[in-house]
Amino acid sequence: MSRSSRNDALLVLALRAAACVAGAITLLIGAFLVLESWPVLREVGLGPFFHDDAWHPSDGLYGLTPMLSGTLLATAGSVLLATPLGVLSAVFCQYYAPPRVAGVHRRLIELLAGIPSVVYGLWGLTVLVPLIGALHPPGPSLLAGILVLSIMILPTIALSADAALASVPADYWRGAAALGISRWSTIRHVVFPAARSGLFTGVILGTGRAIGETMAILMVCGNQIRTPRSLFDSVRTLTANIALEMAYAMGSHRSALFVSGLVLLGMIVLLVSAAEWIGRGRMHG
Amino acid sequence: MASDSARAADRIATVAMWSVALLVTAVFLWLLGDIAWHGLGRISWEVLFTAPRNAGREGGLAPILVSTFLILLVCMLASLPLGVATAVLLAEFAGEGRFARLVRRSLDVLAGVPSIVFGLFGNAFFSKTLGLGFSILSGGLTLACMVLPILIRATEEGLRSAPREYRLGAAALGISRTSALVHLLLPAAVPGLMVGFVLGLGRAIAETAALIFTSGYVDRMPASLLDSGRALTVHIYDLSMNVPGGDRSAHGAALVLIVLLLAVNSSAWTIARRWQGRSLLHA
Amino acid sequence: MSSPAPLLRAERLTLRYPEKTAFEDVSLDVPAGSITAVVGPSGCGKSSLLACFNRLTDLIPGARVTGSVRLAGEELTNGSVDVTALRRRVGMIFQKPVPFPLSIRRNNEFPLREHGLRERAELEAVLERTLRDVGLWDEVKDRLSAPAMSLSGGELQRLSIARALALEPEVLLMDEPCSALDPLSSGVVEDLILSLRTRYTLVVVTHNLAQARRIADRVAVLWVQNGAGRLIEHGTVAEVFESPRDPLTAAYVSGLRG
Repeated sequence: MSRSSRNDALLVLALRAAACVAGAITLLIGAFLVLESWPVLREVGLGPFFHDDAWHPSDGLYGLTPMLSGTLLATAGSVLLATPLGVLSAVFCQYYAPPRVAGVHRRLIELLAGIPSVVYGLWGLTVLVPLIGALHPPGPSLLAGILVLSIMILPTIALSADAALASVPADYWRGAAALGISRWSTIRHVVFPAARSGLFTGVILGTGRAIGETMAILMVCGNQIRTPRSLFDSVRTLTANIALEMAYAMGSHRSALFVSGLVLLGMIVLLVSAAEWIGRGRMHG
Repeated sequence: MASDSARAADRIATVAMWSVALLVTAVFLWLLGDIAWHGLGRISWEVLFTAPRNAGREGGLAPILVSTFLILLVCMLASLPLGVATAVLLAEFAGEGRFARLVRRSLDVLAGVPSIVFGLFGNAFFSKTLGLGFSILSGGLTLACMVLPILIRATEEGLRSAPREYRLGAAALGISRTSALVHLLLPAAVPGLMVGFVLGLGRAIAETAALIFTSGYVDRMPASLLDSGRALTVHIYDLSMNVPGGDRSAHGAALVLIVLLLAVNSSAWTIARRWQGRSLLHA
Repeated sequence: MSSPAPLLRAERLTLRYPEKTAFEDVSLDVPAGSITAVVGPSGCGKSSLLACFNRLTDLIPGARVTGSVRLAGEELTNGSVDVTALRRRVGMIFQKPVPFPLSIRRNNEFPLREHGLRERAELEAVLERTLRDVGLWDEVKDRLSAPAMSLSGGELQRLSIARALALEPEVLLMDEPCSALDPLSSGVVEDLILSLRTRYTLVVVTHNLAQARRIADRVAVLWVQNGAGRLIEHGTVAEVFESPRDPLTAAYVSGLRG
């Protein structure tokens, strides 16, 4: 084998090794989460995490349900709020704004996407929470969480929607215009169906981000462990719980926190799988 | 011709679009304005060079800025070689084979993992199992895992943008794949790589949850990478949640953070623009 | 007519892709120092045939070569062949010249360095010699450090030829070297090809029959039959154009078909 062929073979070997390491990280994460969860799982199994009605690890109670409901409600609320706003923002950029304005608006949304969650949390804590508190005490609440989360996932949805709308062939628009169809009707009946899968992807990405959000939610939701009965109730999400208690949790308590981490990971995997499944069904349907 | 109801709907829609755009812009300005308003008074040149006093209510940010810088350094140094190598393999050598598909899948999942879960992993793997404890090294390596998918995706795109003819022409001249890679393809991929680098950096700067239990809370000047260090984001969190009266300092630190991010974001944008211009020239 | 042993010989050469067969059962002799034109309508596998001669088929996923190709008696389809050395002996010029994003000098030097030539003085000497050979020396001698991209299409193609000649190949494969060029540059490159005769062995793919007639000694005609390219005629220019054996060839060269 010539020298250069040997160099090539060595290179490929080194690159494969690197790719193996990169690919293994996900497996490592799963493995270590399971490893750290094992003590409490071996002790009480997975059942208590969903059947116990309170979270009191020191007393052996591991009910995640109140916090799960916090996560699910905050996520649902924010997705419901951010999706129309995000999609319409993208529609604005693509079809309503003059090019310069659209460019500025897009930049704005890109910047919004980059703002750290602590900064959102800080603003939520110092501005939104007192406002809500003036309306209906105490202030730190599910509502605050939903509002802040919506602002946070809006850029994700908007940017995905923007890309999806941009990829709709110009012919569709021309065809509709030639038939004298109004702008909004075209968007609603021609563009949206054409961009459906891309828009869907954006919503999924936003949902994933909402489920995983920690800091901002932690700072504005109040963190009481209970199933909320109104928008103004204080809640604690799974993510916030981990962040708050990891600092001092030991033994089974720490283990239990890792179990909640696994549940979070499971939720994300479920979300992505469901999205893929629906997406595939759509293509055949 | 459009019916009356369609025309009315169209007009309402137009109003709605502009309202949404104004709403989003208003929220953005409100947020930034608030931070700037409350933070500006707290910021001075002195802040960049002195240490925090009184739990951060007074004094500066120097040790925190140093810790943040070191964490970011570890993060990028760890993820760059690994990321570029993986991207090169996926783009140039592995193609669509089973190995490549598995790696890609794994990276897609990695990109979706929530940051708190990275924090748990980092704590379990880097801090506990590898014995690095609460340290800058722990935090940096955890962030590297997080940033890896972003880097790989952008670098791969950069490599794919190199014209196919380079590879054919180089092969026809008997140039080894290694040489073609080093002298032709990687230089062509540099803009993509830079965009990925800057995007990853921006993500790392904004991260908090992954750092709280990996790099720790200590707000003194770190003496080594194994020391615990407090990142800027963690500092903001601490000031607003744990320190009564720390709000003003929190705003100041948030302002510094935003300025830093704006700088990083602008460079990403400039590079991306210049890259598009150049690749159009080639095409 | 007795002739020396052909430099390049293909025997029952077949190239298959996963979705289709490029060409089947091609047997061809290329004498040393001659110019052979490979002609035929589009899709008959002319470019693919060329790719077999320098093992560029290795780069096409799913391509399978059966049959034999011999360069000066040495079998090229073996797995043990050193392709790097092979591609030094058999050079290739593509239809669309793509210089590397380097200076004119570096474009020429890079492959030389790669094949082991490192001495500055020698590199400069080869640079001047090959640029003179292609008629570019006077035009570019004052701007050798300028980016190669600043050259025009015809100049770029000549640079590509110079770059390939620097490696001192025995055979030069040319895939439609003039089709991306304007008529003036095309003429210049054609003259260059003619000037390379006897010093090198050339195989030139072209869809331009008039060009084939102008530059070639021998012609090979490929045609799509039963879904794959086949060699329907080959011989000297006189034989193929004036007294072809296959009626298809007759129709093709008189412009009635193809």
